[in-house]
Amino acid sequence: MAKDSAWRGKRRLPLEWLGILPFAIFAVLFLIMPTMRIVIGAFQTSDGGFTFQNLLDLNTPSIRSSYWTSIKLSLISAGLGCVIGFAMAAAVVFGGLPKGIRSPLMTFSGVASNFAGVPLAFAFIATIGPAGLITMELRDVGINLRAYGFNLLSFWGLVITYLFFQIPLMILIIIPALDGLKREWREAAAVLGATTTQYWRMVALPILFPSLLGTFALLFANAFGAVATAFALTGPQLNIVPIKLFAQIRGDVLGNPNLGFALAFGMILITVLANTIYIVLRVRSERWLK
Amino acid sequence: MSFLTISHLEKAFGSNLVVKDFNLQVAKGEFISLLGPSGCGKTTVLRMVAGFEMPTAGSITIDGQEVTGLKANARNIGMMFQAYALFPNLTVADNVAFGLKVKGVPRAKRDARVAEMLKLIGLTEMSGRFPFQLSGGQQQRVALARALAPSPRVLLLDEPLSALDAKVRVSLRNEIRDIQQRLGITTIFVTHDQEEAMSISDRIVVMNAGIADQVGTPFEIYNRPTTRFVANFVGTLNTFAVKVDDAATGRVRLGGAALTLPPGLAVGTDMHIALRPEALRLGREPGYETVVMGQIEEVHFMGSIIRLRARVAGELVVMDTFNRADQPPPVPGTEVEISLSGKDAIVLNG
Amino acid sequence: MSRFLAWFALIFGCLYFLLPLVGMTEFSLKMRRGEYSFDAYRRVFEDQRFWDTFSYSLALSAATIVVGVFLVVPTAYWVRLKLPQARPFVEFVTLLPLVIPAIVLVFGYIRLYNTSSWLPLTGSALGTDFLLTMGYTTLALPYMYRSVDTGLRTIDVATLTEAAQSLGAGWITILGRIILPNVMVAVLSGAFLTLAIVLGEFTMAALLNRPAFGPYMQLLGANRAYEPPALAVIAFAITWGCMGLMQLVTRLSKHERAKA
Repeated sequence: MAKDSAWRGKRRLPLEWLGILPFAIFAVLFLIMPTMRIVIGAFQTSDGGFTFQNLLDLNTPSIRSSYWTSIKLSLISAGLGCVIGFAMAAAVVFGGLPKGIRSPLMTFSGVASNFAGVPLAFAFIATIGPAGLITMELRDVGINLRAYGFNLLSFWGLVITYLFFQIPLMILIIIPALDGLKREWREAAAVLGATTTQYWRMVALPILFPSLLGTFALLFANAFGAVATAFALTGPQLNIVPIKLFAQIRGDVLGNPNLGFALAFGMILITVLANTIYIVLRVRSERWLK
Repeated sequence: MSFLTISHLEKAFGSNLVVKDFNLQVAKGEFISLLGPSGCGKTTVLRMVAGFEMPTAGSITIDGQEVTGLKANARNIGMMFQAYALFPNLTVADNVAFGLKVKGVPRAKRDARVAEMLKLIGLTEMSGRFPFQLSGGQQQRVALARALAPSPRVLLLDEPLSALDAKVRVSLRNEIRDIQQRLGITTIFVTHDQEEAMSISDRIVVMNAGIADQVGTPFEIYNRPTTRFVANFVGTLNTFAVKVDDAATGRVRLGGAALTLPPGLAVGTDMHIALRPEALRLGREPGYETVVMGQIEEVHFMGSIIRLRARVAGELVVMDTFNRADQPPPVPGTEVEISLSGKDAIVLNG
Repeated sequence: MSRFLAWFALIFGCLYFLLPLVGMTEFSLKMRRGEYSFDAYRRVFEDQRFWDTFSYSLALSAATIVVGVFLVVPTAYWVRLKLPQARPFVEFVTLLPLVIPAIVLVFGYIRLYNTSSWLPLTGSALGTDFLLTMGYTTLALPYMYRSVDTGLRTIDVATLTEAAQSLGAGWITILGRIILPNVMVAVLSGAFLTLAIVLGEFTMAALLNRPAFGPYMQLLGANRAYEPPALAVIAFAITWGCMGLMQLVTRLSKHERAKA
């Protein structure tokens, strides 16, 4: 027996790692290498040399504007998604609403957070688009949305559309965090003389803050990388980074193949940064909500 | 003049009456325990005093002021919870200062009071730490300081020691009692642990299924229980069936031996009496006039106390006797003489 | 939170979510001038391209589910049983698809596996289909892995394995006959989510030029008026159906466990 395990001891390490070989091959071929190709490509010239030029070439008005629009779009849709999602989650957890509302809301949030992309754009076009249901109803009542400057096929139209999956994502993440607020904290604060507002200001919101900020970062990254909804809604009209990259991949509209790499690299940087913030804050908040 | 008066308090959850006609008068500076098994309503009573539950009937008065309708944050009460409930995002100092900050006490006074409180619980060097960096006992002491900092009129404790280790539990309960006496603050303490309640309370309320079975000092509760429930819940009880020889003089017969009960207790022809473990003496002892024979079945040497199980008059009884270094405890199987006295008998009516 | 504010927030939210759904449904029924009809749906179902692309995406989602199961179940099992030290690496990999946008990934695929590379997948239709399936697998990976891992956590993997081994079972038998049936609920849950993701996916399919359902929907959206909302209704119904099936399967398993 001892001899057996001694013999096995030497051989054991490599053999066991074989078990995850398929997964490792998959990860390398279809996740890691493609990403590395982009990162490396962003620093390569057309003949393979190292250069910063591609990144520097990003500094055109059009591309700068696309990044800025993307950032604005992501910030605003994430911010609104956080606020509205929080309000709805708080309403369900603390608002004294009937207990039966919570489960359908969670289920619907699960569905809605996955209902993004082309069909979502269609749904909004059919509702508040130029010939949409609400648009027509309002026109019958004498309110002309167009005259007020509202156009679905625009930046703000996209923001409103993005909220359809941003809000549910916030609800799904924040409801467990709200559950983590122990009843005793609220009661202890009350006995010490605090009003509800004081409790939220001094205890609950600070405790939730890492969770809130982290989810905001997640929502930001989510919006930044989204393509399909924007493509179907505003198409080439709206100058955001994913659309620009899409056009570049399809047909090298920028005239410089390596610029695509740089664009994509910029996207990776931003989404990785946002997601890192999310993960760090998530870990932090879990420590408090234990 | 009662400082805290609870009068005809009642609480129903739907059709379930959890607290029934609860009455209590607490003097200023008194330490009262609400003792009982889970579900007896003791926590519900406490939460009604705190203001977290609204009674369905009855009233609560503190220092002459009717507080029954007041919200929890307007009652000027301090509370400690079983789960500590320290605010995890605030340091120890900020936790203790919370009640003062909420009232708008200026910073200088606040800091002074916090320092005073931290000195009281002996955790001055922890003022900058966060709750997750403290042990359970330390967190609970901070919780105490936090509750006392705003100088509340009444202190409520909801099983604050249940989540702690045994040793910490004992030292902390003594510390709580010590601080309570020093500050003279009226206190209600909820627990299911009778040893805890008896060791630190001025008076105990034994609760059973929503009503107060008996209110009294630990001595009274233990030695003169008025209901079977109280007698069984607090301490161990040995019950004997006895035949009444003469009800007028209180002479009864236990097994073969004669026993004289205190006047007025003997009724009818057959009755039950109960004796505490320490009332059954090993061997013959002056002052314990009745002697019966018993056979030792189990011997548990617990250090200063030796707990014996013996068969006496057909009943299996528990006896406690003190350790004596010169006298080894009896061996199981031995026949021994056991002395007892009628004056120790507890008579239960139901 | 005051009850009034709570109701207000909830109703506001519900309105926001319901109106687009109502709008797309109503619009899809309005093809025939003046009355409600299913004309738009009829047109869609009569369009051969609808069936071609829908069945294509359905086939690819089946392939994705199969690949996903064969990839995730053994890996999650192995990590839990023998290689807990590999867990950080594996979990990092399963988080990557959530961090790297799909468009970046598919861009990488095109550059890496084009006709002049060492693995010229994009050179043939089958190769591209394979590549797209792999891409879909990465999209579904986080959810599939988390689902199966949670499922494995609730069964005592080590003891089951030892019991099976003592009865003479080999690895494949263990995985196929013991582990998989016990995590079937988690696998089904992940499978339904994969179905929803793949059917609606646009970016990868469009850039790899494959005849999938997503690009078909977008094409129709650019050219037609009433068919797109009809498609949106169908897509939403499918998503809802998948989520509903996920919930059903999870609830059924709870009952099974309770009975046992």
